Amino acid sequence: MAKITFQGVGIKAMSACVPPEVVYNKDLGYLIPEEEIEKTINNIGIEQRRIAAPDVTASDLCYKAAQQLMEDNDIDPASIDVLLFMSQTPDYRIPATSCLLQHRLGLPRETMCFDISLGCSGYLFALSTAFAYASMQGVNRVLLLDGETFSKIVNRRDKVDWPLYGDAGTATLIEKGDYGTSTFLLYTDGSGEDVLKIHAGMRNPITPDSCVEREREDGNIRTDLEVFMDGMDVFNFAISKVPKSIKLLLSETDHTIDDLDYLVFHQANRFMMDFFVKKLKMDPARVPYCINKYGNTSSASVPLTVASELVGRLDGERLVMMSAFGAGLSWGSALMPMRDCKISPVIEY
Amino acid sequence: MNLDQFIEYFADLLDETDSENITATTQFKDLEEWSSLVALSVIAMVDEEYDVEFRGDDIRNSNTVEDLYNVVKKKVG
Repeated sequence: MAKITFQGVGIKAMSACVPPEVVYNKDLGYLIPEEEIEKTINNIGIEQRRIAAPDVTASDLCYKAAQQLMEDNDIDPASIDVLLFMSQTPDYRIPATSCLLQHRLGLPRETMCFDISLGCSGYLFALSTAFAYASMQGVNRVLLLDGETFSKIVNRRDKVDWPLYGDAGTATLIEKGDYGTSTFLLYTDGSGEDVLKIHAGMRNPITPDSCVEREREDGNIRTDLEVFMDGMDVFNFAISKVPKSIKLLLSETDHTIDDLDYLVFHQANRFMMDFFVKKLKMDPARVPYCINKYGNTSSASVPLTVASELVGRLDGERLVMMSAFGAGLSWGSALMPMRDCKISPVIEY
Repeated sequence: MNLDQFIEYFADLLDETDSENITATTQFKDLEEWSSLVALSVIAMVDEEYDVEFRGDDIRNSNTVEDLYNVVKKKVG
């Protein structure tokens, strides 16, 4: 476990962008028996999702979100010292997408840019990196762009994954300022590498065969270039690790669950989040959800939930906990006082 | 821990199956309402009631309710 604390840096503004195309889970009759569809929707809590057009990538959605954030907050591109792009669905294998975004957003050549890749937990790890750079001498502002287009790596005939995932891009502006202490607890367990995986890569080189759709466990169809998830193992992992890490972060910072103004979860599925809320005895009114509208947007889901549900609700000082978990296995939580954080309403592209 | 209590917890997870129809020898995967989501609620139940971590294979390799109980019992130690 890495326990990290920061002082004098915080989140100034956030924004998010989703594709306009809505896909409804009630239309999944080709994948799930009709009589089970309603029950499935109720359990996972996902009625609809946003799916990017074939020519729209995570970086496009992040670009639009970043433009909106910079416009709404009158941010001079030249004032961005570091640009981070967190995604598992980058534009290319080479070069890093953050470099393309630097050019496209008109940021100066003095901006340091690099990509971060992790699982659905990625936002918290990337945010801790952003806070770390913003804490350094010589850096004042960090722009963190976190976006995913899982619709491009999930097979439409995979009944475990397809009903869950949606696409989104987000922007978070981190800077030095009069902010209190933020604390991150970040964890990794690589023994769980097989639980959530895309098989093809450098270990298993891509061949024409990698593109062939095959019937897998329980009749699910997928190629080796598409995501596999063992839903039961992910669930077991999450329920055994996430509430414990939240409780530990609260006790390490001398807080109780009732001190939190908001607890923002990675929007994995509603059933799982309800379990966490119950286990933590958290007031459900202070747990924002956007999964019904946008589905599981992987690492973008925490900032998307803030942009979608907390717009206009972060005036003054608010104590916010964020918690996420995913492939790796990897999980973590962050506790931070947010002050007058400016949220731009979710836009479409 | 005892088997009757476990059967009761298991039966409580099912909405459409009469709890009287759930016994130690029930082949739970043959139940009409069995689904991967009910499997998740079994994992949640053993975490809550017994503080035991169930893996997907623990459920996949079990056939009857008593099989599940035996896995929990072994893990409780």
